[in-house]
Amino acid sequence: MATRARIPQLTPEQFDELGRELDALRRELADDLGEQDAAYIRRILALQQRFEFAGRALLWAGWFPPAWLAGTAALSISKILDNMEVGHNVMHGQYDWMGDPALNSKMFEWDTVCPSEQWRHTHNYVHHTYTNILGKDRDIGYGLLRMVDNQRWRPYYLGNPVYAFVLMIAFEWGVMLHDLEFDRILSGRRKWSDTKALRRRMWEKGGKQALKDYVLFPLLSGPGAIATLTGNAVANLVRNLWAFSIIFCGHFPDGVADFTEEECEDETRGHWYYRQMLGSANIDGGKLFHIIAGNLSFQIEHHLFPDIPARRYQQIAPRVREISERYGLTYTTGPLGRQVGKVWRKIFRLALPPRHRSPFGTARRGRPLSGVRRVAA
Amino acid sequence: MVLNSSLARAGWRRARKVLTSRAVTALTVPHGVDRYLGLINPLWSVNEVRAVVTDVAHHTPSTVTLTLRPNGNWRGAQAGQHVRLRVDVDGVLRTRCFSVACSAHRADGLIEITAKVNPAGTVSGHLKRTARPGLVVGLSQAEGNFVLPAAVPEHVLLISGGSGVTPVMSILRTLVDRRHTGRITFLHYTAGPGDVVYRDELAATHPGVTVVYPRQHGRFSREQLLRFVPDYAEALSYCCGPPSLMDAVTSLWRAEGIGDRLRVERFTTQGLVPQAGDAVGEVRFTRSGVSARGDGRTLLDQAEAAGLRPDFGCRMGVCHTCTSVKSSGSVRNVLTGTITAEPGEQIQLCVTAPCGDVELDI
Repeated sequence: MATRARIPQLTPEQFDELGRELDALRRELADDLGEQDAAYIRRILALQQRFEFAGRALLWAGWFPPAWLAGTAALSISKILDNMEVGHNVMHGQYDWMGDPALNSKMFEWDTVCPSEQWRHTHNYVHHTYTNILGKDRDIGYGLLRMVDNQRWRPYYLGNPVYAFVLMIAFEWGVMLHDLEFDRILSGRRKWSDTKALRRRMWEKGGKQALKDYVLFPLLSGPGAIATLTGNAVANLVRNLWAFSIIFCGHFPDGVADFTEEECEDETRGHWYYRQMLGSANIDGGKLFHIIAGNLSFQIEHHLFPDIPARRYQQIAPRVREISERYGLTYTTGPLGRQVGKVWRKIFRLALPPRHRSPFGTARRGRPLSGVRRVAA
Repeated sequence: MVLNSSLARAGWRRARKVLTSRAVTALTVPHGVDRYLGLINPLWSVNEVRAVVTDVAHHTPSTVTLTLRPNGNWRGAQAGQHVRLRVDVDGVLRTRCFSVACSAHRADGLIEITAKVNPAGTVSGHLKRTARPGLVVGLSQAEGNFVLPAAVPEHVLLISGGSGVTPVMSILRTLVDRRHTGRITFLHYTAGPGDVVYRDELAATHPGVTVVYPRQHGRFSREQLLRFVPDYAEALSYCCGPPSLMDAVTSLWRAEGIGDRLRVERFTTQGLVPQAGDAVGEVRFTRSGVSARGDGRTLLDQAEAAGLRPDFGCRMGVCHTCTSVKSSGSVRNVLTGTITAEPGEQIQLCVTAPCGDVELDI
């Protein structure tokens, strides 16, 4: 594989040293956790609850256009905070040490249709353990899209941009269906009947969420039911667009490396860290942006230490960057607009077979993996 | 006052019926109604018992006595029972058992607990230093069998040592409130007179109550007991205190074949944390009823070796699939080397090894 050799190969000693260095950083963070982190997440939780309350209250009067706008905006923010800075991070176990059932990874349920326990399996285990290993990390294209060059092209992928667009619009439903592994069912590697328990839970959770947002709250508004219904639907849509964009910028912009199963056999801790660093990308932005992004804009730091409270990522980012530069590993980052642009260009480019000269970028063959720098001499 | 509080209780029951209805539950999916009630008042909850501290007293230098007003979910305590109290200590919710010290017939519905400051402990010291009126804590319902029978015999003997005075005090206060017509003898062992939390109250005389501080006459012994309570064998006896006192009392009562006339309440305090790498002790998997000798491997490996099949994912401390509740004991995180002994804490089985005896809820 032409691009493979371009990923900087560290020596076994370097891998060990990298592992030790990052383990030490992890220990330092873990030892420092305490009151501030607890106060932070409780503050975010209180903020989310207030946005939710305000959003529902304003949409109750949603027939009045300014109330509809403000209510929809507040409910969108509530759902984004609930799913990302609270939900995603809590379910990673970032706050398990607080001993609070409301912030416990196994007990938390989020305001989206995907049942939390199914998401924890696909995300915490499959994606975070096997990050960017083609054939193991099911988040590469979600069994739906072609997101890396090394995925073999099929005519089906001509629809890549269309699938991606539909996934973006209906992102929460896509996340919900992820654990079914449709592609494996279609190819006969998984039996439909094996997914019965999963489907029952999806039906339950999805049904409850839809009932709340699309039936009960609209009914409560009486004559203003339609305004409440559209407000709730738009809030869910805004959250879908935002979550999709942030998440796709975490692993799919140019410069992010993917790996083969052979490369990761009997992997050392150092190699695992190395793969996490090369397989993730950050998004630049201000303080508020990082909160609204659930700090997933520090995807590299998050992948190194997925169960360390996300508010710490910003604090260690300069040190992680220094470490990656010292080892000659690319630290991919960029502003949101540019990263989103790169992701969509890639979605279009990979719709076409590899030899085709794409109008969206240079042909892939023989091009060095742009994000990987050589070890400084 | 009593009328008011029973009216309030009836009102709360009606409110709870609405709040736990299917419609409200469906509207508050997925977080539940408590999350929103808490926004209005931190004491409000449809199921949980929460309480607000109304008074803080420092009767001795090493204790703190809290008066608590529980919310409407509290079902009351019998004399001698204890509660698990949950309090935020520097961002971490920690749970400890405390005996309810007040009378079961307290008219204002408040409850009282006394915490003895354990030098190695986290919670008691925190309460002593920081507890102020207005602090909200979580409570369990009252628990324990250290209680009075339906028909109380004529003579009740209470033996306590140190902070073991609290449940015994609750029994004494309850009997006094009930105008118990028989005798009550109270033997309290203490290091010094300044150390008795309820000294002033115990000094007030009640008909039929005899309070003795036998420590000046040496440790507990049969001879000493005979001197102060010659007819102890006929009494219904209650004992709570340090292990040495309780062991001495229990063996005497057993030896004389009157073990059925003795009720005991054992406090457990956090023991010393063994050194890292101590592969001694026993791992008990309480839900499965299986035990294994600790062999220094991770708890996930040991659980599997014992024939259990706990959930797991990455086996490297990343995914938290194997996270479980450790009910008691000290454990070491093999990645960080950190040793913790917090009861009820969440641990990742795949990267945690036992240090001494450990109880796991799997």
